[in-house]
Amino acid sequence: MTVSIQSEDVVSRGADQRSIVESSSDEALSTVSTPVVTAPAMSERVYRHRLLVRISHWLNVPFLIILIMSGLQIFNAHPALYWGDRSDRDRPLLSIRPMQTEGRDVIGVTTILGHRFETTGVLGYSHGSGRAFPAWATIPSAKWLAMGRQWHLFFAWLFLINGLIFAAYALASRHVTRDLAPTSQDLRGIGTSLKDHLTLTHPTGEAANRYNVLQKLAYVTIVFIVAPLIVLTGLAMSPTIDTAVPWLLTIFGGRQAARTIHFLACFSFVGFIVLHILQVVLTGGFNNLRSMVTGWFVIKHEARC
Amino acid sequence: MISHKRSMERRQFLKGTVGAASLVALSGCDNLTQSSWLPNILSKAEQLTEVVQRAVTPRDALAKEYGASDISKVFPANGNTDPGTQDYAEHVTKQFSGWTVEVVGLVKTPRSWSLGALKELPSRTQITRHDCVEGWSAIGKWTGVPVGDLMHLVEPLSSARYAVFHCADVDDEGIAYYESIAVADCYHPQTILAYELNDEALDVPHGAPLRLRFERQLGYKQAKYVMKIELVESLAGIGGGKGGYWEDQGYEWYAGI
Repeated sequence: MTVSIQSEDVVSRGADQRSIVESSSDEALSTVSTPVVTAPAMSERVYRHRLLVRISHWLNVPFLIILIMSGLQIFNAHPALYWGDRSDRDRPLLSIRPMQTEGRDVIGVTTILGHRFETTGVLGYSHGSGRAFPAWATIPSAKWLAMGRQWHLFFAWLFLINGLIFAAYALASRHVTRDLAPTSQDLRGIGTSLKDHLTLTHPTGEAANRYNVLQKLAYVTIVFIVAPLIVLTGLAMSPTIDTAVPWLLTIFGGRQAARTIHFLACFSFVGFIVLHILQVVLTGGFNNLRSMVTGWFVIKHEARC
Repeated sequence: MISHKRSMERRQFLKGTVGAASLVALSGCDNLTQSSWLPNILSKAEQLTEVVQRAVTPRDALAKEYGASDISKVFPANGNTDPGTQDYAEHVTKQFSGWTVEVVGLVKTPRSWSLGALKELPSRTQITRHDCVEGWSAIGKWTGVPVGDLMHLVEPLSSARYAVFHCADVDDEGIAYYESIAVADCYHPQTILAYELNDEALDVPHGAPLRLRFERQLGYKQAKYVMKIELVESLAGIGGGKGGYWEDQGYEWYAGI
């Protein structure tokens, strides 16, 4: 019988007691100081995500959806990517365009590094309209570059401000060093972790309370590499910022290269979001969701059942 | 088993919630775009961008200048590629010998120059990158007269805030093209009225005989077919009042990004 696992007999505890001890103004403190032990613990409640982390996380949901979709709107205005500083139209790295066939039908053609793929219905030509990304993927849905830019550049500011606040907090509160940065022990276990992920073996008990090494690497990469990269490549596309910070062009290999990297970073975010949601669902969607909403996460100690 | 079933139900619920939320987001964004208030809020970002970009960018910092080998083989011509008016066509036949550009408005001494007289003034040549709002870039070599030199000759009044560039082209609906930049930006060394592209007289698609090069902002600010520069205190009452043909259609006046 596993019914008892659903029991709400829980022990409340600060997730990482190390941080709780040092944090002075946390709602967890009061809870931690008066743990309520009602029964032999089958599962326990831990305070996993602090308020600012939760707010910052949920703000990113609309911010990223809007930035990605308005970004695709902007991309649609010139649906090709290049390397270097200029756009040599005979040599794109990627292009997504409608093309007229001999039978006078219009098809969507995506060309990647010279390889052509027919992508009618989604890329290049969709719902009777020649456009790179389809209406359901862009903000606004109609072709409207000016409005796409308005959405994008407004939410780019919000995304940046939210990211800077989160990064400052995560560093100051040592969220980065305690919870996110992989330890050398973590890194040694990377093979095992990879195997566990591939076989969908999820950590339980105390191990579920910490991030595993692949999870840590994914979070650190997206927060401290991909997010800064997408901001900096976005800025490198600004002709004014290029005069103020000329080395941006140098490190990215030119304005068109920066645009290409911006696009790749965008799809890294899309890939991360898909994997992230998949993992949230696979490892207990309700518990994960609750912990990111309320802060409280339930760990089950199966060995003691 | 019961817990498994419950967690499956939760998963279904979660999937349903996420799906519904994204649909709401999509149709919601279109509705918001059509609303009267949201575009006003979104446009506030332009002011923040302008303040921050101006603060971090030294006033005379130059846009990157490239080498001759970097010049684009084909420099695309966008927007209007021929004004198409009777007047302009006559100028083309006469090779713009009668073309003049006047600087008027809030200046101490309004003046006008023939194209020939402009070419007599000291010129500047720069190989720069043109960044279209659509996303593409092209590199070209421009020669022309620094707008700042013209400003020194006409002496703007202290009340002059914007330089409005009136152009010879009209669109299909008969709306005249114009653009504007801050008077302060007229003095940037790379802000020039160009008459040559890649060592040849400017051709019609690229804005013959005179176009603005305002290197630190996007392509749509680079007004073609310039006939008149008018210094004003306010942009209200000119065209749609937003400071330019494209601005009147929803593009930012401050086109630094």
